[in-house]
Amino acid sequence: MKVSVRVNGVGHEHEVEPRTLLVHYLRDVVGLTGTNIGCDTSSCGACTVLIGGESVKSCTVLAVQADGADITTIEGLADGDRLHPVQEAFREHHALQCGYCTPGMVMAAVSLLAENPDPTEAEVREGLEGNLCRCTGYHNIVKAILAAARVPAESAAS
Amino acid sequence: MIPAAFDYQRASTLDEAVGLLSANGEDAKLLAGGHSLLPLMRLRLATPALLIDIGRIRELSYVRDEGDRVAIGALTRHRDLEISEALRAHVPILAHVAAQVGDPQVRHRGTIGGSISHGDPASDLPAACLALGATFRAVGPKGERTIAAGDFFRGFLETALAADEVLTEISVPKMDGAGWSFQKFNRRAQDWAIVGVAAVTGANPGVALVNMGMTPLRATAVEEALASGASGAEAASHAADGLDPPSDLNASADYRRHLARVLVRRALEEAAA
Repeated sequence: MKVSVRVNGVGHEHEVEPRTLLVHYLRDVVGLTGTNIGCDTSSCGACTVLIGGESVKSCTVLAVQADGADITTIEGLADGDRLHPVQEAFREHHALQCGYCTPGMVMAAVSLLAENPDPTEAEVREGLEGNLCRCTGYHNIVKAILAAARVPAESAAS
Repeated sequence: MIPAAFDYQRASTLDEAVGLLSANGEDAKLLAGGHSLLPLMRLRLATPALLIDIGRIRELSYVRDEGDRVAIGALTRHRDLEISEALRAHVPILAHVAAQVGDPQVRHRGTIGGSISHGDPASDLPAACLALGATFRAVGPKGERTIAAGDFFRGFLETALAADEVLTEISVPKMDGAGWSFQKFNRRAQDWAIVGVAAVTGANPGVALVNMGMTPLRATAVEEALASGASGAEAASHAADGLDPPSDLNASADYRRHLARVLVRRALEEAAA
């Protein structure tokens, strides 16, 4: 089955088996290994990517379902050497320990802020209910996302 | 974990989906958001020979104000229910319950039709539909029919849908300011309810339970008690009457019965407030 997608702005076209999961397609076929596989049961959110700007768990989407989609992975956030405001905030606030959940956390945060640009702390915590951090480093993750929300739009865009 | 191999066909219209279903019968499964089916397939608990992807049928994704009812296309995603102005204004319990399903990633993919036709007793939306007295429209090779929510859930993951029918629309009466409550008891944010309760008061009252049996079900004993004039607290004491809830890692059957009584009382109190 042919799949044609844009990943981080670049077009890709491949022949895949229908049962290929999007996360395996991104990692093994496209070669973007920033998206991690965690629980493999739709729970942990480590494999979160954006489809059309919205967070999804790429272990629970078939690559063929994403045919024609615009996908963003963690590799697509930074602009060259310039980190995305959410990435910058994660670094600034030490929002990671082992780092395994981080790509998914960052992608979930980007989607959350797109839907709710000025969330309360409670809204950030609820918005992350689909992402687990086994280091339990939630406190700084929440701090980082609140900080990223306060980055003025102009400096984030430039 | 990778699903067993299957064939994949994409239907771009409802007619095409019905045609593919009737040509392939029991070996085929419909795929919408995939957030009930794909987890089962990865665990190889489901091994359909053919997936018919209906996820792109735009004509089945809508929320429409239809006078005294609101009609919802089966492919409307939980996220779209959550932010629908029509639902927030006229059927607020449904917008609220949609926002309690899974987590944001799940709500970006999962659809109301998928959740209803999966018929999982642990799901939130079927209970909300039961409490609201929703009706479901199904289309098959012989045409369409309407099924009341109360007649739809037949057994464990078993519904009134025939193998060649597609659930196309969920229709719910407007609540006209009626009181309501949804109580979801779980230990971790993204989990299914250990027990849940959807309650609607007003002209068309209804109380339904999550995870208290083999199907999503109405709390008939509570509804009867309320109809005969019992207080909320009194009616709630009947919440587990005649029910046979499951025992699992999260809760014993007895604990579920206890939760049902407590949560129905809370739901009726909140709905009356």
